[in-house]
Amino acid sequence: MRKLSLFTGCLIPNRYPGIEKATMLVLERIGIKCSELKEAACCPAPGIYRSFDNITWLTLASRNLVLAEEKGTDILTICNGCFSSLMDANNILKTDAGLRNEVNAHLQKIGKEYRGTIEVRHIIEFLHTDIGVNKLGDAIEKPLEIRAAVHYGCHLLKPTRERKLGSAQFPVFFDELVETTGAKSVPYEGKTSCCGAGGGVRSAMLETSFKMTEYKLDRIQKAGVDCIIDACPFCHLQYDAGQIELEKSGKDYDIPVLHFTQLLGLALGFTPDELGLHLNEIVNLKFEEKIAQIQKWY
Amino acid sequence: MKNPDILTCFQCGTCHASCPSGKYTSLNIRKIVRDSVKKDVSDQPEIWMCTTCYDCQERCPRGIKVTDAVLALRSEAVKKGKILPVHRNVCNFLIETGQSIPLDDKHRDMRKKLGLRIDEASRKKAHKEVKALLGSTGFEELIKK
Ligand code: SF4
Ligand code: SF4
Repeated sequence: MRKLSLFTGCLIPNRYPGIEKATMLVLERIGIKCSELKEAACCPAPGIYRSFDNITWLTLASRNLVLAEEKGTDILTICNGCFSSLMDANNILKTDAGLRNEVNAHLQKIGKEYRGTIEVRHIIEFLHTDIGVNKLGDAIEKPLEIRAAVHYGCHLLKPTRERKLGSAQFPVFFDELVETTGAKSVPYEGKTSCCGAGGGVRSAMLETSFKMTEYKLDRIQKAGVDCIIDACPFCHLQYDAGQIELEKSGKDYDIPVLHFTQLLGLALGFTPDELGLHLNEIVNLKFEEKIAQIQKWY
Repeated sequence: MKNPDILTCFQCGTCHASCPSGKYTSLNIRKIVRDSVKKDVSDQPEIWMCTTCYDCQERCPRGIKVTDAVLALRSEAVKKGKILPVHRNVCNFLIETGQSIPLDDKHRDMRKKLGLRIDEASRKKAHKEVKALLGSTGFEELIKK
């Protein structure tokens, strides 16, 4: 197994640093060496830059890939957007010599060259494939008896031909991972449908994007869960800030939103504050009390 | 748009039926696919209503890369200077900082409380290189249009 460099992107360090903290704490606790990818910049965000100009998108992504190539590590992402940009760009540049040459002509100006020697991983599929549910299960100290609504997010699974992570309609690996923490992954209608944030829609048409979020939140609420578990800060933002926004139209959800690393952190015994749960828009004290009870019990 | 793939579309509408955005907006992806063969759709606001969820692409019985087609249509619009102001702002953040969502004081404070550091020198170097690349690919020019 090649070593890993952690790629945090823009949204996590600059808006949800709790996810970054949780990631570092859990990786260290379960014994995965992973150093930060220094000098990394925006992945760049697929929704905007891939739409705007393919070569710019590829060139900026390749720069991040080259940083890891120079270190001789794979890249570990904790965001579906970063995963999508870096993995897709890596696949394209590995197979299309023409585009690779074009990109390298730009990279040459900053003294870099893309070689195509590394892989891009997402923490969810990495933990599931390379660590495995059994080993992860052994590390759990505080099995969380809670009900969770798992949200995979579009770009973790799709396009399926490129991701090669199995079915996008009935995926299971993320649910299996969530259940190693003791939580129950509760089925709900529309589980694999979009949170509404992607493709630059959140920035361009906030209200419209929240319509899609409302569709999801209504169904998640109906399923009766303690929390939402995601794998992407963009979905995270959409669900977390979206609940506040939808309160204005009379909705009352109050469902805490956790990135998987934060859920895992709780099951490893870290407190909600250590994992930055208090930095979310939605802070549900009943949930935190329940966690405190569980953590005290074990 | 020159995309031979799209010519195999038989207008079944599976794409539109799968589209989460089309439920709430005027985006009809089946219609966009059809129109894009015959005419320039750069002015249609609907091309910006797609969340790039890939559901249409996954389900198209003809295997047409529908979402990728939307991205290509957007690029054509951008080349003509048709950029939404909010998107232009995000691009300018990237040009000015190397990041699309720059750090503000509130979140700088949050990081401090969590004991997370910021490697300013590393961010600076990243920005310098990103800026050079954005100049080289012509992106800065594209955004100014
Ligand atoms: S699903 Fe495919 S074939 Fe059917 S209308 Fe859409 S693009 Fe055309
Ligand atoms: S990728 Fe875009 S057009 Fe296709 S189903 Fe999703 S939102 Fe609709």
